[in-house]
Amino acid sequence: MGLLSGTSKFIKALTYPSDMLPPIMADDEHQHVDPELEHAASKFGMWLFLATEVLLFGGLFAAYAIYRAKYPDMFHHGSSSLNVVLGSINTIILIFSSFTVVVAVKAIQENKIKLVKLMLWITIACGAIFGINKFFEYSYKIHHGITPGTDIFYSLYYAATGIHMLHVLIGMGLLSFLLYRTSKGYYSKDNFTAIEIGGLYWHLVDVIWIYLFPLLYLIG
Amino acid sequence: MASEGSYRQYVNIGILLMALTVITVGAAQFDFGPFNVPIALIIASIKATFVALYFMHLKHEDTMTRIYAAYPLFLLFLLIAFTATDIFTRVSN
Amino acid sequence: MSTDNEKNYLENGKGFSSWFFTMDHKRLGVMYLCGIGTFFIIAAIASVLLRAEHLSPGRTIVDAHTYNVLFTLHGSMMVFLFIVPGVAATFGNFLIPLMIGARDVIFPKLNLYSFWIYCLGAVIFLFALAAPADTGWTFYTPYSIESGTNVILITLGIFVLGFSSILTGINFIVTIHKLRAPGMTWDRLPLFCWAAYSTSILQVLATPVVAITLVLLIGERYWGLGFFDPAKGGDPVLFQHFFWFYSHPAVYIMILPAMGIISEIIPVFSRKPIFGYKSIAYSSLAIALISFLVWGHHMFTSGQSKLINIIFSAITFAVAIPTAIKVFNWLWTMYKGSIELSAAMLYALAFIFLFTIGGLTGLHLGALASTIHLHDTYFVVAHMHYVMIGGTLFGLFAALHFWYPKMWGKMFDEFRAKIAFVFIFIGFNVTFFPQFIMGTLGMPRRYYNYDPEFTIFHQISTAGTWLMALGFIFMLYNFFRPISKTAEANPYKSKSLEWSIPSPPPTLNFDEIPTVTESTYAYGNKIERET
Repeated sequence: MGLLSGTSKFIKALTYPSDMLPPIMADDEHQHVDPELEHAASKFGMWLFLATEVLLFGGLFAAYAIYRAKYPDMFHHGSSSLNVVLGSINTIILIFSSFTVVVAVKAIQENKIKLVKLMLWITIACGAIFGINKFFEYSYKIHHGITPGTDIFYSLYYAATGIHMLHVLIGMGLLSFLLYRTSKGYYSKDNFTAIEIGGLYWHLVDVIWIYLFPLLYLIG
Repeated sequence: MASEGSYRQYVNIGILLMALTVITVGAAQFDFGPFNVPIALIIASIKATFVALYFMHLKHEDTMTRIYAAYPLFLLFLLIAFTATDIFTRVSN
Repeated sequence: MSTDNEKNYLENGKGFSSWFFTMDHKRLGVMYLCGIGTFFIIAAIASVLLRAEHLSPGRTIVDAHTYNVLFTLHGSMMVFLFIVPGVAATFGNFLIPLMIGARDVIFPKLNLYSFWIYCLGAVIFLFALAAPADTGWTFYTPYSIESGTNVILITLGIFVLGFSSILTGINFIVTIHKLRAPGMTWDRLPLFCWAAYSTSILQVLATPVVAITLVLLIGERYWGLGFFDPAKGGDPVLFQHFFWFYSHPAVYIMILPAMGIISEIIPVFSRKPIFGYKSIAYSSLAIALISFLVWGHHMFTSGQSKLINIIFSAITFAVAIPTAIKVFNWLWTMYKGSIELSAAMLYALAFIFLFTIGGLTGLHLGALASTIHLHDTYFVVAHMHYVMIGGTLFGLFAALHFWYPKMWGKMFDEFRAKIAFVFIFIGFNVTFFPQFIMGTLGMPRRYYNYDPEFTIFHQISTAGTWLMALGFIFMLYNFFRPISKTAEANPYKSKSLEWSIPSPPPTLNFDEIPTVTESTYAYGNKIERET
């Protein structure tokens, strides 16, 4: 088996919807799972995955709680150096993007494909703007010599917002993939689970930020 | 897949979340002493709860999903509580 | 639907592609078995080498740095590439859909991805071996920050492996909830599935914490984050808190599936229903819950506060209770049963005996007064190996023998299997029992050198490793030399659903999804005479 054909098979496996897979991978349609069961199971599965994300960020929140109690002045000082305006704008942007993505989920259930695409586009754009803001924030700080190693507050700031930003990027990737499939006509009111669970992931990204924002920016 | 919320409801919740954001930024301009963090956390939790219940449709989900959604929070509480108990009850000689 | 069900799962599709791109849970289970088996052998060789080093004080065959590398490699490879995926990824994958009467897991594609992620994690881990870590598998700060070895690469590998764990756990939880056959109510679910379910809860909820811990470790090494650095106001013990918050539940990830296996095997070879089905099922869940509350018992001498020491010690005593319940239930199952001492049963019985020793010695370590003396000595090494080898490994070996006919469609030689068992059992005890004694006499663990008074214990222990290795090799040899090329569907007369289909199973498992009408453990002369 050539390396090239093997690689292309691999990529196909990752991106093709199940019923378009080459025969060798068609095993997964052997199980005729009732679509409603599949839908409920996929949602349940995504909630379990979100539980893991909560615990992942949980470690950071735990470190925050411990060190904030230990070094209130360091945290007060560090927080007051953060740009509340940019942080607030980012919060508004993410909340708005949660709104647009849940509208997309409702829209696909009504076969309103154009609305779905518009909403997904806006959500992704919101993520991009969030990212650009964070880029400016980080550059400004690094330019002034404030790095992750400067002190524990900034370690937390960079680690928490950095890992969060990574999840924003992953979310944007997911939603872009869903947007692509939507434009190929793959989803409808009878097949929209992926959009719903993609939306769930995006909401989690929003929820994490809802906590990060006051804890990092507003306690100064 | 019954109706889990109308567009109108989503708009309302969205506006509510924006309002709460304004409130939390506003509240941060005042110094409530030791209540600063609890107030910020409570407002954040209210926002998060609305996102979870209405945007993430947790209100309409079955019990098992809700248990698994809530349980990590309990574990997080445990992690923080026990770790903090250690760090803040150490006695130096 | 194609004629998949006429070919068994081993024959349905040939060649590398048909295996590496499969979504058949049985094939995935087999591939995981090959993976964990390979890493078990490598890590076991590392342990034979490091024990050989201990044949005499001072340098015997390697220098101090190499010794540190050997025990780090042994520990981390055994934990993250063998025992944590372990029974869950192999037998969990193979058995769960069969036991609940489904054709596959609920997310077959995700299952395949989990396997690929395992492979990726393993590859990254292996790359780290260019400058292998010497920090111990626990990567304690500050040394893991300072060590000049490939700590970032190995922890990155472990991080990736964690994802495989998490996705498998999610798959199992949702599968058990949603895909049980009609009539397979929760109180008829085989105990192995209860165990796998509890394990999956731990995999899903505990693993992310070690993930973030390792990320922060990498961040401290690479970007100078200060959480664990005293110079920046950080606390090295905080690393230990975060690390053990996962790693204690992790040890239950290691043991629960093995306990599930014992619960399956004992009733079959006692021809009696399992005693206390509900209490075994609930005790698995209880272990999953309580295990999150005891992590500090790994840190009694780390400088933790006295108050938290007392709290953790008290809860640690409580966590022993659900396990004890299981042991009593297994023993009571055998009482007045019709015992058949097959190879699988021998391993299961040995499990009960050895795991009990391991578990009881955990209490020595959980009690504050004795732990001061025993922590970081060979007593801990012996304790952990009694539970991991005497427990999990023996459980795995029991499973390999019990489901051998089902998985491969062949029968192995029982007599040779029992000989191998004797070597492994004796070898194991010769290796690790002296370590209990050494530990109480004060021999510290992870020490390259030692005082001459310990020499005889070390030498006996090392001899034990050779006996074990011989037994293991003979066991493998026996597996690769089956005595019959076919196997009936149900050679051991078990009532579990996997035995109601041919050996090996066809790709789609059941021709028709069965309807379950009785308990899996309805054994016993009276019942069997009637059916």
